[in-house]
Amino acid sequence: MKRIEAVNDFVIKFANVNGSGSTSANELFAKAILRMGVPVSPRNIFPSNIQGLPTWYEVRVSEKGYQGRRGGVDMMVAMNPQTWDADVAELEPGGYLFYDSTRPLPPSKFRADIHVIGMPLTDICNAIYSDPRQRQLFKNIIYVGALSVLLGVDGEVIEALFAEQYKGKEKLLDSNVRALHLGRDFAKEHLDAPLGIRVRRADAVGEQIFVDGNSAAALGCIYGGATVAAWYPITPSSSVAEAFQKYCARYRVDPATGQNKFAIVQAEDEIASIGIVVGAGWNGARAFTATSGPGVSLMTEFIGLAYFAEIPVTIINVQRGGPSTGMPTRTQQADILSCAYASHGDTKHVLLFPEDPHECFEHAAAALDLADRLQTPVFLMTDLDIGMNQRLCQPFEWDEAREYDRGKVMTAEDLEAGKDFGRYKDVDGDGIPWRTLPGTHPTRGSYFTRGTTRDAYARYSERGPDYVYNVQRLLKKFETAAGLVPQPVLRDATRKTRLGVIYFGSTSPAMHEALDVLTDAGIHLDALRLRAFPFPQVVAQFLTDHDEVFVVEQNRDAQMRSLLVNELDVDPARLVRVLHFDGTPITARFITQAITQHVHAEAVTSQRKVKDHNLRECTA
Amino acid sequence: MTYLAKPRLHHPSLTTNKVGYTRRDYEGKISTLCAGCGHDSISAAIIQACWELDIEPHRVAKLSGIGCSSKTPDYFLGASHGFNTVHGRMPSVLTGANLANRDLLYLGVSGDGDSASIGLGQFAHVMRRGVCMVYIVENNGVYGLTKGQFSATADRGSKSKKGVINSDSPVDLIGMALQLGATYVARSFSGDKAQLVPLIKGAISHGGAAFIDVISPCVAFNNHAGSTKSYDYVREHNEAVNRIDFITPRSEITTDYAPGEVVEVLQHDGLTLRLRKLHDGYDPTDRLAAMNHVQTHQARGEVVTGLLYVDPDASDLHEALNTSATPLNALGRQELCPGAQALAKLNAALR
Repeated sequence: MKRIEAVNDFVIKFANVNGSGSTSANELFAKAILRMGVPVSPRNIFPSNIQGLPTWYEVRVSEKGYQGRRGGVDMMVAMNPQTWDADVAELEPGGYLFYDSTRPLPPSKFRADIHVIGMPLTDICNAIYSDPRQRQLFKNIIYVGALSVLLGVDGEVIEALFAEQYKGKEKLLDSNVRALHLGRDFAKEHLDAPLGIRVRRADAVGEQIFVDGNSAAALGCIYGGATVAAWYPITPSSSVAEAFQKYCARYRVDPATGQNKFAIVQAEDEIASIGIVVGAGWNGARAFTATSGPGVSLMTEFIGLAYFAEIPVTIINVQRGGPSTGMPTRTQQADILSCAYASHGDTKHVLLFPEDPHECFEHAAAALDLADRLQTPVFLMTDLDIGMNQRLCQPFEWDEAREYDRGKVMTAEDLEAGKDFGRYKDVDGDGIPWRTLPGTHPTRGSYFTRGTTRDAYARYSERGPDYVYNVQRLLKKFETAAGLVPQPVLRDATRKTRLGVIYFGSTSPAMHEALDVLTDAGIHLDALRLRAFPFPQVVAQFLTDHDEVFVVEQNRDAQMRSLLVNELDVDPARLVRVLHFDGTPITARFITQAITQHVHAEAVTSQRKVKDHNLRECTA
Repeated sequence: MTYLAKPRLHHPSLTTNKVGYTRRDYEGKISTLCAGCGHDSISAAIIQACWELDIEPHRVAKLSGIGCSSKTPDYFLGASHGFNTVHGRMPSVLTGANLANRDLLYLGVSGDGDSASIGLGQFAHVMRRGVCMVYIVENNGVYGLTKGQFSATADRGSKSKKGVINSDSPVDLIGMALQLGATYVARSFSGDKAQLVPLIKGAISHGGAAFIDVISPCVAFNNHAGSTKSYDYVREHNEAVNRIDFITPRSEITTDYAPGEVVEVLQHDGLTLRLRKLHDGYDPTDRLAAMNHVQTHQARGEVVTGLLYVDPDASDLHEALNTSATPLNALGRQELCPGAQALAKLNAALR
């Protein structure tokens, strides 16, 4: 029988029951491999549930550093009888099935083309522990111990992780180490180790850090100077607000007074959340909210107000599967259009597309600057895949000399000096007007902010010319934004090509891997990674420079493609859809296959065209 | 409305207050509401209260939702920043503004449609949080700007201008504010300036969530027989529980009062409210008794007015959140950014 043989390049998936404490054990396993210098990318695939439903944890081990979901499973740790059949079926031929053999299973429950490793986990636990919760929790640690032997993971590395985790809690430390040894000893004594797939120490991690995008975005808000946060709990964004709270407690409490340099409100709904952010932004504090698609739907009226009244607002949208309640614990990039054009009337909003936690941090801080500079809502468009999973990425960076860009705010001195103040007046050609903050000057600079139309001096007006001046200025401001947002990243093919590919956000790692595979197969593509909307000039140029451009995205309706067509007047026929939208993160295999198929099909068609043409000529 | 602007020129003999402003300096744009609208009287009362309390106009932030009432912040305190937000959502915007700068005075102006229908949720939650503000509902029981539909505060059995009888129970904003934790709850009548101005002054000096429900008749759509929000009805059924006689920094009780006739409440900013009781045994510091009294008298068709409840030890959201004394909008990079060194340490912990 075939046996998958691979060192530092495999996928292992844990099938567990939600609420059984498996996640922390599985994380421990992933982190141990990381500590051996081998990159991993874990993904928590969980249900909208607290206890009882199936949950999976998939770890891709890749010395090459590929962080995208690969597709396929080389080893299954099948700990959930509910999903047994599907889990067994998912294994690649020659793969490994690890299971709890306490209760015998009929041969029909297995496959002939996989390697089965049984371990009586329940028996072992029941013999040692009497407390049901302990039996449950330590079962997880015991299987991590056994796996570490099977896969060649250093036991001491795991013990070192325990020591960090349970510093000062010696009792917990001891009991975990004991469980680990139980597993390791059993495996050494009873199981054939190592397997064909295994881990070997390497030096491929370097300076990189291991963190989830939601924590990173929250930290970006700390560094970017956000002081007011308002939110309403919603998966998968709640951990942004929770992380912000945690970092505030660490970094934002004045040591002298004990007072907080922040205010966090868990509001009654998303409407109130965005309202609080609008109020704080109007009054000169940097403010943000974190939400997901359904929350953005509720916020749209306020988003229109902030756009039209020109108020800085930062919205972190950790996207999940839509529409409606959709797939609350699955990932998608399906809010592109609903955010780009959120609210009634003619509106357009700035969107940022971070690719990983490193950029979640960077873009969150940038969003706060951009919101102030542009006096408008700015969306940070992350998704569940990067938001809720720990990802290996470049360390966070902060330039000590960096100042906050507070944009055009008139001071009391400006007003005192008699500087002309027209709240909605473009004075320097970039479409961005000056603003004043409440309470600045006793007699000058006050105005009445409203969502109704007004003239350049903020006086109520429904005159056509006043309205047109204002909305044209907003368009000009949007053009200005295109030059201020994070610019696209270009990755040229190794040889000249008429094909291009556009991608963004969490698709990055899968796309990069696919590009390597495609290049090896002789398909060359220039690649452009979008980092923001509005699209900078270079995007239009990229489209002009290529005959065909694949647009890879994680939604059904090719929303980014629509946005490109709509905003850049590009011929839609030249933009080829590559769409992945089943709620799982896109894979390199999927992208490679889609692009390869299209390129091959096209080669056949174009040959046929040549033939037809020749034929017609002959007939003539 | 009138289109004739009053001249901006002030008569040199106009009295100025302690901060150097005349009463006219507290005015705003000319009202576009109907002549005789109760809302204009409330605007005048706000102007009077702010002038008398020596408040600098630019230190006030005026926020409103949508509707006739919500237009009024344009008609007073022209030197203050105003924000006419979206329908029913003024409370959240006010909350955010307040969090950004605790040093300003926040005045929320809303109507019965804005607060009791579309905005009932936000009304409730802003009271729960104890946001330091003066929240005035200009309550006329009718949608004026869309021409006469019943609002959620219209009493059951009251008659619309078109003759329709309202069959729905009214939303009792006073009852809700009392139950949800507002620390200054009052009701007044736009036609009783002598009562309203001191109530607004009391609310301004309160230091917590202050709510005033002001019955403000709509002359165009709800001032007819059969309405319970008309000038005539309110005048006939007004039952004031007390009167705020004056507010001065800790002045002596004069001998004009019989024992037990006066309640004194020391406010947040050091001012003292002196309440003259009009109802025997009414204690405005007893929340449960206030709820009971208001409900009992409302059931009899009376309009209970006055300072219904005040908590002399009120606290606010900033206190609950322990926010810095320096307003959050005045903190810069130095105070807010942990810096590169802290980040390097954090990176190390994530490996």
